[in-house]
Amino acid sequence: MPAYLDHAATTPLSAEALAVLTRELSRTGNPSSLHGSGRRARRAVEDARETVAAAAGAHPSEVIFTSGGTEADNLAVKGLYWSRVAEDPARRRILCSAVEHHAVLDTVEWLERHEGAQVTWLPVDGDGVVDLEALAAELARDPASIALVTVMWANNEVGTIQPVARIVELAHAAGVPVHSDAVQAFGSVPVNFKESGLDAMSVSGHKIGGPVGVGALLLGRAVKLTPVQHGGGQERDVRSGTLDTASIAAFAAAAGAAVSALPVESARIAALRDLLIQGVQDRVPDAVLRGAPGEGRLPGNAHFTFPGCEGDSLLFLLDLAGVESSTGSACTAGVPRPSHVLLAMGLDEETARGAQRFTLGHASTGADVEALLAALPDAYARARQAGMAGHESSIQTAATAARHGGF
Amino acid sequence: MSGGVDSAVAAARAVEAGHDVVGVHLALSRMPGTLRTGSRGCCTIEDSRDAWRACDVLGIPYYVWDFSERFKEDVVQDFIDEYAAGRTPNPCMRCNERIKFAALLEKALALGFDAVCTGHYAKVIEDSDGNRELHRAADWAKDQSYVLGVLTHEQLKHSMFPLADTPSKAEVRAEAERRGLSVANKPDSHDICFIPDGDTAGWLAEKIDMATGDIVDETGAKVGEHPGANAFTVGQRRGLKLGRPAADGKPRFVLEIRPKENKVVVGPEALLAIDEIQGIKVSWAGLPIAEVGTGEAFACHAQVRAHGDPVPARAWMEQAPDGRTAAARLMVRLDDPLRGVAPGQTIVLYQGTRVLGQATIDAARSLQRAEL
Repeated sequence: MPAYLDHAATTPLSAEALAVLTRELSRTGNPSSLHGSGRRARRAVEDARETVAAAAGAHPSEVIFTSGGTEADNLAVKGLYWSRVAEDPARRRILCSAVEHHAVLDTVEWLERHEGAQVTWLPVDGDGVVDLEALAAELARDPASIALVTVMWANNEVGTIQPVARIVELAHAAGVPVHSDAVQAFGSVPVNFKESGLDAMSVSGHKIGGPVGVGALLLGRAVKLTPVQHGGGQERDVRSGTLDTASIAAFAAAAGAAVSALPVESARIAALRDLLIQGVQDRVPDAVLRGAPGEGRLPGNAHFTFPGCEGDSLLFLLDLAGVESSTGSACTAGVPRPSHVLLAMGLDEETARGAQRFTLGHASTGADVEALLAALPDAYARARQAGMAGHESSIQTAATAARHGGF
Repeated sequence: MSGGVDSAVAAARAVEAGHDVVGVHLALSRMPGTLRTGSRGCCTIEDSRDAWRACDVLGIPYYVWDFSERFKEDVVQDFIDEYAAGRTPNPCMRCNERIKFAALLEKALALGFDAVCTGHYAKVIEDSDGNRELHRAADWAKDQSYVLGVLTHEQLKHSMFPLADTPSKAEVRAEAERRGLSVANKPDSHDICFIPDGDTAGWLAEKIDMATGDIVDETGAKVGEHPGANAFTVGQRRGLKLGRPAADGKPRFVLEIRPKENKVVVGPEALLAIDEIQGIKVSWAGLPIAEVGTGEAFACHAQVRAHGDPVPARAWMEQAPDGRTAAARLMVRLDDPLRGVAPGQTIVLYQGTRVLGQATIDAARSLQRAEL
C-alpha cells in the first residue's frame, strides 16, 4: 500500500458514503416522478439536502446540487455575472483573487474574453492571503460598476485560509455580492454559510469522503442567478438535469460524517501535518514551507518548494518509493507549468518549479508521514541532480566529441 | 513516447523483457496545438493523450518532460541558423544528438534509469567486451540508423531499440492491435515536427531576412533573380522562375547557394553529381575502426539522407595541419556519384549493416563541374 499524501486531489470514500451509495444505486426512481419510486428517490434527495444544509450552516432551500465543485464555480460566477449585468449593464467588473482554482480563474477569464467582463486580480501577500486594502480600494472605486467579488475560502495548493468574513463585510458595504470556492475548506475547517454572509459558496463531494461527480452550490435565497444549464427546471430552476440520487445521498452522508468529526479530526490531522512539516525541514533544511503558518492554513496541507528540483522529478521519485504526492498545480497536456498561485505569492518561476504538496485526510496515519520522511532525503538528492541536467550536457555527444577531440 | 505506434510497441516489448519502464513524452513546444491534422505535427494534446493511454494499457507510469527551451535552442534555432548560412540541416538528427539521447538521457540517468528506449528502427549490438555497435534494422525500408548515426559510444551504451529485428512496420501495427494499444492504426508522421503545415520555405521566410539577389549559371553569368537565397535547396528544380531557357534547352537545377553573395547557382542536372565530400564535426557510433587513427583509407558505403541509397566509397581521416582533433576532416570519395548533396547535410558511413560514424558535409565536389 502506497503512502497516500494527496487527499486534496481526492480522498477515499468514507464508510458511511459507500454504504449509502451502494444502497441507493440498487434502487430506481427519478426524484421528479410522482409515483412511489419517484417519491422514495425524492425523499432521499431531500433528506440529503437537509444534511448538507446542516453541515454547511445553510437553509435546505439554499442547497443547489451540482456535478461537483467546478460546475458550482461556473454556475456561481457566470450566473451571478449575467444576472447582475442583466439588472444593470454598467456592472462589468469582477474582483477575483489571483490565487483561485482554475474552475474560477478560467471561468472569469472566459467572461472577460466573451462577455465583456473587466477583471481585477486581487493581489495576495507572501503567504497567499488576499490584500484587503487592495480589495477595499477596488470596492471604493465606482462600486456600482462591480458585478461580483470571488475569493476562495482556502487555497488548494498552499492551504492558506482567506479572511472570508472580512471580505464579505467590505463587499456588502459596497453593495456587491460575494462568491467563495470552499471546496478545500468544507469538511476540513469550520465553514458556516449563514455566518459567513456569503451570497454563493461552492462545495464538492469527493474532497470530504463522498463520491466524485457530485457537489453543491450554496446560494442565498434572495440571490438571483442566471442559469447556465437549461432543461427540466430542477434545483430552483437554476440547475436543470435529473438528480443523481445515489451520489447526492452519499455526498450528504460524507458531509454529515466529516462535519461531525471535524473538531476531533482537524486537531488530529493538524498534529500529523506539524510532524510532517517538522520532519521535512529537519531532513531537508533547504525546503521552504509555502502558505500561511499554523492556524492560517488547512490542517491537512503541507506545501514546500525544494530548491534546484523540478517538482515532477521529486513526484516521480517519491512515487517510485511508494509515496504519492502532487506538484499542486494543474497542467496542460501534462506539461508542468509553474503555479500561478506561487507566482502570485511573489516566487520566481525557477523556485515555483520545485513545488511539492503533501495533503492529509481522514484516512491518514503516522505511518504515511514516516514513509514520506524515510523516502524524501534520497528522492531530494536525486531530483536535485536531475534538476541540474539539461543545462550543459555531461553525456558525450557528437558536438562535445568534436569540441574536446575525444572519439 | 511520441504518442505513435512505434514507441508504444517498443515500450511494451521493454516491459515484457522485464525492465522497469516509465513512459516519457517530450514537450518540445510551449504552445502545444490542439489536435493533429492529418499526419503532421507533434507535441499535440492528442499525441500526449495517446502516449498516456498506451502507458495506462501497459500499466506503467507516464510523465511529460519539458525540453521546450533546449529544443528551441539546440534544434529549432540551429535549423534556422543553418539555413541562414546556406546549408541544409537535418533537425531530427540534431534532436537525437542533443535532446533524446543527451538532455533526456542525462535527466533519466540522474533519476536512476539505465537507458533511453525508443521506437527507432535500428539495432545495437554489444561485443564480449561490452563495446557497442550501431547497425541497420532488419527492415531496411524502415531503417532509421541514419538519423541515429550521430550517437556516440557513450550514448549507445544507454540506448535500447526493441524494434531492431521487426520484419516490417505492418508487424508492429499488428502487434499493437494484439496488445490492445489504440494507436495501432495511427498514421506515420513524416514532416518536420515544428513546422506543422509542412511549408518549410514559408516558415523559414518568417524567420530569416530574405533579400532579392541574382541567380547565376555555372559560368557565373546572371540568368535570373530570386526573392531570397536561403529558401533554396541544392538539387531543387521548381520555383526558379527563369525566364530564358538554357542554351541546351534542358531544365536547370540549384547547384549551390552562396549566402554571403546572396547568389543561387544553377546548372544542368549532370553537374549535380557529386564525387567527393568533405565532412566536419565527425563522430563515431561506438569505437572508431582502426583506420580512423592511422589515417588510412577504408572501404565503406556512404549515405547522405535518411532514406537515400548508400553508395560504395572510400574514406579517410585527414588531421588538421596543427594536429587539433576538433579540426579533423572526413574525406570521402564516392565510387558512384550522388545527386544533390548539400552542405549541412549529414553523411553517414556504413560497413555492411554497421554504422561507422558520421560527419556534417562541409563541401561537396563535382569533378565534372571542377573541370569547367
